[in-house]
Amino acid sequence: MHKILEESGYSADKKLKIVGTNPVKHDGPDKVTGRAKFGADLIVPGMLFGKILRSPHPHAVLKSIDTSRAKAMPGVKAVVTGADFPEIEQGTGWGDMTRNIMAREKVYYEGHPIAAVAATSETIAKKALKLIEVEYEVLLHVIDLLEATRPDAPILHDYLRTNGVEGAEDKQTNVVQRFDLSMGDVEKGFAAADFIVEREFDSKPMHQGYIEPQGCVASCSEDGQIDLWCTTQGTHVFRDRLSEILKTDSAKIRVTQSEMGGGFGGKTSFYAEPVAIVLSQKARRPVKIVLTRNEVFRATGPVAGSRSRIKMGATKDGKITAAEAELSFQTGAFSGSGFTNAAQAMFTRYALENIKTVSQEVVSNRPKVNAFRAPCVPQVVFGVEGIISELACKIGMDPIDFRLKNAAAKGYTTLYGVTFERIGFVETLEAAKNSDHYTSPVPEGQGRGVSSGFWFNRGGDTTGSLTITPDGSVTILLGTSDVAGSRISISMMAAEELGIPLDKVRAVFADTSSIGNNRVTAGSRTTFSVGIVIVDSARKAITEMVRRAAEIWGVPEEEVVFEDGYFRPASSNVGDFDPLSIADIASRTSISHGAISGHSEMNVTGEGPGFGLHIADVAVDKETGRVDVKRYTVVEDAGKAIHPLQVEGQFQGGAVQGIGWALNEEYVYGEDGFLQNPNFLDYRMPVASDVPMIDTVIVEVANPNHPYGLRGVGEVPVVPALGAVGNAIGDAIGIRPQSLPMSPPKLLELIDSID
Amino acid sequence: MSKKIHVTTTVNGDEYEFLCEPNQTLVNVLRNELELTGTKEGCSTGDCGACSVTLDGALVCSCLVLACEANGKSIETIEGMADGEQLTPLQRVFLELNGLQCGICTPGILIAAKALLERNPDPTETEVRFWLAGNLCRCTGYDKIIRSVLAAAEEMRGHQNA
Amino acid sequence: MAEEEGYAQPDTVEAAISLLGMAGRDARVMAGGTDVLVQLHMEMIDPDLIVDIKNIPELRTISEDGGRFRIGAAVSGMELMDHAAFNATWPGVMDGVALIGSIQVKGRASIGGNLCNASPAADSVPPMIAAGAVAVIAGPSGKREVPVEDVIVGPGKNSLDAGEIVLAFMFPSRAPHSGDCYMRLTPRTEMDIAVVGAAVNLTLNDAGDCVAARVALGAVAATPLLVAEAANALIGTKVDDAALAKMAAAVSAACKPIDDKRGTIKYRTKTAAVIARRAAEKALERARGN
Repeated sequence: MHKILEESGYSADKKLKIVGTNPVKHDGPDKVTGRAKFGADLIVPGMLFGKILRSPHPHAVLKSIDTSRAKAMPGVKAVVTGADFPEIEQGTGWGDMTRNIMAREKVYYEGHPIAAVAATSETIAKKALKLIEVEYEVLLHVIDLLEATRPDAPILHDYLRTNGVEGAEDKQTNVVQRFDLSMGDVEKGFAAADFIVEREFDSKPMHQGYIEPQGCVASCSEDGQIDLWCTTQGTHVFRDRLSEILKTDSAKIRVTQSEMGGGFGGKTSFYAEPVAIVLSQKARRPVKIVLTRNEVFRATGPVAGSRSRIKMGATKDGKITAAEAELSFQTGAFSGSGFTNAAQAMFTRYALENIKTVSQEVVSNRPKVNAFRAPCVPQVVFGVEGIISELACKIGMDPIDFRLKNAAAKGYTTLYGVTFERIGFVETLEAAKNSDHYTSPVPEGQGRGVSSGFWFNRGGDTTGSLTITPDGSVTILLGTSDVAGSRISISMMAAEELGIPLDKVRAVFADTSSIGNNRVTAGSRTTFSVGIVIVDSARKAITEMVRRAAEIWGVPEEEVVFEDGYFRPASSNVGDFDPLSIADIASRTSISHGAISGHSEMNVTGEGPGFGLHIADVAVDKETGRVDVKRYTVVEDAGKAIHPLQVEGQFQGGAVQGIGWALNEEYVYGEDGFLQNPNFLDYRMPVASDVPMIDTVIVEVANPNHPYGLRGVGEVPVVPALGAVGNAIGDAIGIRPQSLPMSPPKLLELIDSID
Repeated sequence: MSKKIHVTTTVNGDEYEFLCEPNQTLVNVLRNELELTGTKEGCSTGDCGACSVTLDGALVCSCLVLACEANGKSIETIEGMADGEQLTPLQRVFLELNGLQCGICTPGILIAAKALLERNPDPTETEVRFWLAGNLCRCTGYDKIIRSVLAAAEEMRGHQNA
Repeated sequence: MAEEEGYAQPDTVEAAISLLGMAGRDARVMAGGTDVLVQLHMEMIDPDLIVDIKNIPELRTISEDGGRFRIGAAVSGMELMDHAAFNATWPGVMDGVALIGSIQVKGRASIGGNLCNASPAADSVPPMIAAGAVAVIAGPSGKREVPVEDVIVGPGKNSLDAGEIVLAFMFPSRAPHSGDCYMRLTPRTEMDIAVVGAAVNLTLNDAGDCVAARVALGAVAATPLLVAEAANALIGTKVDDAALAKMAAAVSAACKPIDDKRGTIKYRTKTAAVIARRAAEKALERARGN
């Protein structure tokens, strides 16, 4: 067990010089001048342009593909189809993955890739696609979650049998998996309740909406070496998956990450990248593929749609006695929605003893979903928090008081078996209750809603290293993608540990060949896990420098202390030695023991769960159903805000994503199985004039497992947003919506149903 | 296939010549022919503003301008914003107030904000929000972007921040 | 002009008409390009020749003669927004122009393009119809004038003959106590296509009675609609609640919308009345202020 995981050294009394301040981030200047290079920004000599041909049918057998005319077109240097990818058996995890990249036997959604061309210009590549002749046998399709589970539904995968159902008949199905998770005795719990509320909710698929489409350049050599530049949330994950589906050693695949223009979970999987690689192998030249926005919507991974039935009971003095949920998630063409998160997280902030959940994942003829912040959780918390507020109202308790009465704290064991250490939910609720927003009256004509949320936060496989250069400045090698600015927070922690100015530290992203394994940037794990690993690396470097100082002075190592960036004798008894700076020691490396660096590889644990409470005030135009968000506050426990402006930014960004999801964002399909709004005009994300300033309250209940007390903050900010807006609308119009998004036509119907 | 068109244009004060197809867009040529990749392409349909540039002083989406229209005209992109070696107050304040996270929308936002402040040096919060409605951001929720523009405007008007 | 050129920038009307009439070529007019380039990108159109009309001076000027405005068809939205006199005279038309799209889109988009693209939801069209604007059209057979409400004949279809272009829009002079307004309903505050749109233009006499009115609707039928019954509900009244209610009912009755991803028939029919009433109230306020 790594020392730092046993003993983080966290102390609330530590005087911090850098952690907790707001320096300009080191990647900032390049980003305000246009110098920063994103996925589509790499230009390589001899580069070809790749374009992908996609299925025009939502469900069909792929009978034949004739690429001969496309191959013959001048300027075309390679054409590939599924036949150019290594064979992997259907129905396996890797088999699904490779088929999502390039169809084999069947196509499963409109937009499913079936072939690709690399040519000397984009125009030629696009024209060549039109010369590819494809024969399909069109099949009936199914796109609705409920319809896909009906006995007569068109079946996507005839080999699919529902996992997790005992004694399942050998019956074709679209239900991939059933997941049961329960604790206690809900029947007893409901029997003890004075108030019971049971409701059904539904949500549509939506998209992470990152502004940067996927972009990559692949360059391959004849000996099997693959070089990939791409925008990604996980270089190592990409590498290792490429290794499997391309049947190439990981060591031969070097993935370099560009700056990333937003991911939010959607860039944890690849789409165009394997295609660019196979094209490059065939063309023997670098190949660039940049997806259009239309392709991003139709064929990358959206967020799972859902249906849920949730029931909760409470006593008249405000104790929740039981909670039950039946959940269904739409995963698109292949399994992989992360739906088990929902049951685990949906009630987990309340100290409930009796919980029963049954969840299922269902395939349908839509693109395979991908993660978003807190995958599969916000859309069910929308329902839970609606019921919580409804119960509070029936009982006659203030909504935050009701949540406080049931709040989980240290020592509570969740239904997935983890016992909470020190957590900050109670403090978060109290801060919300005392906030300026909550203590001001609801303006005339508006409605107010609150909602809380939780996310596990993650640790996981992390590697990093830190090198002291001969002049005492420090370079850090990171392997976990920086989605929004984590590299500055990590640099701050390193500078704090080493007692040197922040400007002496620079972090760079290593490619997969230069650094050991790192898990994806997801689960709100980055600043936490990479921080631990880099602090560990810094401490190792310090240990080595202590040894060198001791050697320089000719004293035992125990007699040397490190304080505020200087190595000193432990006491005057040791000897009269001037303090040595890091630079002093580093400058002697070539005459002593060589370079000083520290590196650390670990499966990080000790992550601290995150909790939040959002307060929303809305005005609803009762004649049109339009909603205006008038005031919004995010209260969230960050453990310790390393860089408070960054933390605020995460709170605000997540809240506005949630507002968009709550009000207007949805995938609109026609009966024909075609996505009708694959563009930013009709996929309605909030614009600047749609939202007010988002106020933030950073609560700091330290996670003592981290040297600086940090908790991840990336995902929690979305989780409560749907419920907060829903509860505010409910307060404004007198009836709480149950269907997402809460778009004007749906609200107008609700409003009219009251009169 | 149509003959390529020869275009001479000025970008950030420098003269450029290039060949382009009639249908090629300005954003495509800026990024691929002129290798000025600071201008980003987020949607190609004028809905996200990441490709914002000014064309003869007018704020436009370069995905909605044909490259051949640039002939004889003057274009400003993010690469030309800084004042020699110095960042402009707008760029500097964005950094200080953390008005960017991933940075993909930032070039378009800065170009649009600059155009606003040249036209109206003292905008209200609402005016800033409506002016920037054509620039999508998914990371920040717009809060710190708006604060940065307002703070930069105040500095540029010659007041000291409190 | 070389046969294989795909882009041309004529500087006279005659040159433009001649280019459009060249046999065997599928030529497309482009002003601001904010619709044409989107359609090119989506491969909805694939013209042999793009005729860029922004270099023709008479299509780019704004002039006024005896209170009658003439707006060149290729004047950009931002240029119009910066014209103080036109804004003061036709604030309702400018309500529509301001909503065509973002600042970036308005930096290029023109009311000529907005009209000829013939979307039923085009924002500048209902207030131009309500204003009584007339399109001046030139083509191989000469010049003609067409009321704006007769230009759009179906979704994406205009009544221009082959080789014709719109040169300018003529606006009538303004009587005292006149006011116009355009409002639309969209889920977001900006950047959306109208779910419904309504324009009201009215004139009062000195006693405050409505003596003239025009009401036009957008996004509720295959074309923008000029609804005489709605206008008649206002004429001869003081535009009080009763008159407004009658107007709103006439608006709902005139709606022939479709169900699509932007709105349902039921929703559009209901809210068109609401939006029309609000537009009328604002037009009345403006009229009383003149």
